[in-house]
Amino acid sequence: MRIESAVHFAAALVFAPLLLGIINRTKAFVAGRTGQPLLQPYFDIVKLLRKGAVYSRTTTWIFRLGPALGLAALTLALAFVPFGGAPAPFAFDGDFLLVVYLLAVARFGIVAAALDTGSSFEGMGASREVQFSALAEPALLLGIIAVARGAHGGFSLSACLGAIDGQAWAAFGPALALAAVAWLIVFLAENARIPVDDPTTHLELTMIHEVMVLDHSGPDLAYVLYGAALKMWVLGALLAGVLVPVRTGMWAVDSAAAAAGMVLLAVLVGAIESSMARLRLVRVPQLLVAASALSVLALILLMR
Amino acid sequence: MHGVTDGIMAAMLVLNLALLGTSRLTFCIRLVAVQGVLVGLLPLVSPSGMTLRTVVLAAAVIALKGAVFPRLLSNAMRGADVRREVEPYVGSGLSLLLGLALLGISFWLGAKLPLPAAAPEVALVVPGAICTILIGLFVIVSRKKAITQVVGYLVLENGIAAFGLAIVQDVPLLIELGILLDVFVAVFVMAIMIYHISQEFDHIDADRLSALKG
Repeated sequence: MRIESAVHFAAALVFAPLLLGIINRTKAFVAGRTGQPLLQPYFDIVKLLRKGAVYSRTTTWIFRLGPALGLAALTLALAFVPFGGAPAPFAFDGDFLLVVYLLAVARFGIVAAALDTGSSFEGMGASREVQFSALAEPALLLGIIAVARGAHGGFSLSACLGAIDGQAWAAFGPALALAAVAWLIVFLAENARIPVDDPTTHLELTMIHEVMVLDHSGPDLAYVLYGAALKMWVLGALLAGVLVPVRTGMWAVDSAAAAAGMVLLAVLVGAIESSMARLRLVRVPQLLVAASALSVLALILLMR
Repeated sequence: MHGVTDGIMAAMLVLNLALLGTSRLTFCIRLVAVQGVLVGLLPLVSPSGMTLRTVVLAAAVIALKGAVFPRLLSNAMRGADVRREVEPYVGSGLSLLLGLALLGISFWLGAKLPLPAAAPEVALVVPGAICTILIGLFVIVSRKKAITQVVGYLVLENGIAAFGLAIVQDVPLLIELGILLDVFVAVFVMAIMIYHISQEFDHIDADRLSALKG
């Protein structure tokens, strides 16, 4: 393992909740509020870790396993995602399939825990989460295949994102842009951001992700929050890998460019959340099918 | 210039898919206007470059498709007082998937088609044009409102114009302007027709016209 890969992995573990803080600060700035501190997600997680957990008598061990399983799967997925041109700690041909299915395993953990509570409310959220992510998955996978095809680097995430440079953009710009837009939609959907789900509402019939974690408390809720931050970092690093084609070979420059890309992405998400309303629930599948369509279009443009 | 042409064709394909995914008529009209402007830009980046002929052609196409047609269609829409394509024969999700299938078919066709040797080597123009033609046809047959059908007709025409650019380098200016004039008259007449249909029947659902008896 190269030293910069380890540094990137550690940095991702440390800075992942910061993305949430940046998004919240952006929304507060646009709305003219003072808003919560930038480090509020860290405070929340630390506070929750020091609390005890409360378990309902109807739940079983599945409920306790869910958050831990989710966090473990997402941490493992993070180890396969390259950052700023440097390879990830682990990489092999076809590892993007593993990453996508690790995301699915994490989702399975959270959904199973939600169903285990026996609450019809959480069951509804679980059903929606699974429905929408089933539609988002083809968009993500087809987009990765398109990018791998365009970059000619190989079929591991590290190889194909590492090969995206200015030349690749000059040659396949339209296709890469399409894949990036598709990934942005997937990013918003998977992280329960606004056109798909509203992260600030509780107890509303149209919400998806928040409703599934209502019964978790203490360290379990901290795992869920931290896992959500890691998931945002995983998908965000994929997006930044395509959109920031700075590959000078100098570690500091590439990493700084990618980090700036992540911050800009968080600001962009904040701007989207400030300027859009959530879509009606029946329109969400349409948006995700459109994302898949963009990915297929990108793939076709690159296949010819 | 190949990169620019490919970029324009890719943008046209995205507009095609967006057209299939939306039900808002104002948005449809705006989409087809943008597509018309893109088609108008194609002659400027063609191998013959910036000559008097291409500039005149581009100006005429952009003025007609980017400004006049949208104005006519918006007026017709306001006159008929419709905002949305409420119940198309094929819903928007399925339309998108079928659009992708059409896209695949047109890339397959574009690779098979025997073209004259003079055809440019810009890879995306031929399949993109075929796809635009097919999607225009699909919009015409799968939507009920007369305005959306006119939009489909315009998309079809955009596809044919792009195709013409790809295959034939030197169509006389007179013929191209004649074709534009034809399209203009067609859209003009259709806009008047839409107005009369809505005056007569209080709706512009073209499918219900087939039930009329003489």
